[in-house]
Amino acid sequence: MARRWAQVALVLVSHSRALAEGAAEVAGQMAPGVLIVPAGGLDDGGIGTSYARVEQAVAQAGADGRAVVVLTDLGSAVMTAESVLDMADADLGERVRLADAPFVEGAVAAGVTAHGGGDLAAVLASAHDAGGTFAGWAPGQGDAAAAGTAAGVDGDAARPDADGVVRGSAVLRNRLGLHARPAAVLARALAAYDARVRVNGANGASVLELMKLGAQQGDRLDVVAEGPQAADAVQRLVTAVEEGFGED
Amino acid sequence: MTLDVAWALDWVRRSAATVTEHRDELVELDRLIGDGDHGENLARGFAAVVGRLEALPEQPAQVGDVLRLVATTLMSTVGGAAGPLYGTAYLRASKATATSALDSDGVVAMLEAALDGVVTRGRAGAGEKTMVDAWTPAVAAAVEAADHGAPPSEVLAAAARAAHDGAEATVPLVATKGRASYLGERSVGHLDPGARSSELLLVAAAEAAAAAD
Repeated sequence: MARRWAQVALVLVSHSRALAEGAAEVAGQMAPGVLIVPAGGLDDGGIGTSYARVEQAVAQAGADGRAVVVLTDLGSAVMTAESVLDMADADLGERVRLADAPFVEGAVAAGVTAHGGGDLAAVLASAHDAGGTFAGWAPGQGDAAAAGTAAGVDGDAARPDADGVVRGSAVLRNRLGLHARPAAVLARALAAYDARVRVNGANGASVLELMKLGAQQGDRLDVVAEGPQAADAVQRLVTAVEEGFGED
Repeated sequence: MTLDVAWALDWVRRSAATVTEHRDELVELDRLIGDGDHGENLARGFAAVVGRLEALPEQPAQVGDVLRLVATTLMSTVGGAAGPLYGTAYLRASKATATSALDSDGVVAMLEAALDGVVTRGRAGAGEKTMVDAWTPAVAAAVEAADHGAPPSEVLAAAARAAHDGAEATVPLVATKGRASYLGERSVGHLDPGARSSELLLVAAAEAAAAAD
């Protein structure tokens, strides 16, 4: 019985086999339900991009009706990928999109969105938005203020306030704080709810924005959510944080 | 006077011979402003094209069949930017040459399609120190020659001369596309390897046509 993958798969095209496989490994850890196919280097293992390897990777990723987002590193990787898409059968071609995105960050963001059930447009948008996370990057800039206040969902039984907004807060308990794995856990969990969630101002559906908060042990996360399932989403987030994501 | 499938096959063999003969020169040009693989990649790619042509059970019926085989082979065997760039150029050219023989207008249409392919894939315009700087004047010269009633061989000869001048004119340019663009001003003073190889391929086309006359 073949494994059941998410509806959108990724192809990672790099000049280097090791770079493509490494990026697939990093993204795969955060998005285990997504088929991520590396296509790096030339057939003989040298530096370059191989039309045949990319073509084969796209075919494998796009099998069983899956949509495919292709991420690339430098110039000729883009051109090789474009050539493959030009030559692809119309049936496959219409399900494949080339992302204009940073290679590693785009792969991670796209992977997490695909894992959460995102469709082709959503996965592509996540990859594109990943570029913006470079701006203003400053590790450790998380909001450490007001740590130690009571955690939980504000108000009785997490009812929305007059604006339809649900608020909550929780203090990070695990030793390493909101690092890559818990950020991915949160983004994936929140993707399951019909709600727009912001955590200390960051988009809760974006693993990269959550990581960028640099929130550490003892920091408080303030959560604001809107939408039909806002209360459930906030409750889920608070519980996950309070449980330390199952970490020390 | 037209150019047929035998001409196209001869063009491919001459292309393989010239990129092999000039491999070291292309490697050196590319080493100066790129990653140094252009000569090696093209020599390997065209050797593969010749191998596949010789393995065909019978001669292709149309000029476009030959060019399509060149396109798909270059795409799959040439690493680096030259694979998709030339691959797309030959692929577009093959679609413009679905015929058993080319007259002068047919040659112009083939060259225009090839230039269109390079521009589309590389997103480069004239004056950016790329292949486009050889192909653009080549197409212009071919159009002019055809308009004056020149036969196909003279159309190609005019294109080859213009490609040579266009390639030489890349020397003082600052590269703004591709790997050479990372060098910025330091790319000035060097001939663009892609423009040089474009010139070699067009010279091969013209020589095959002269031999067919």
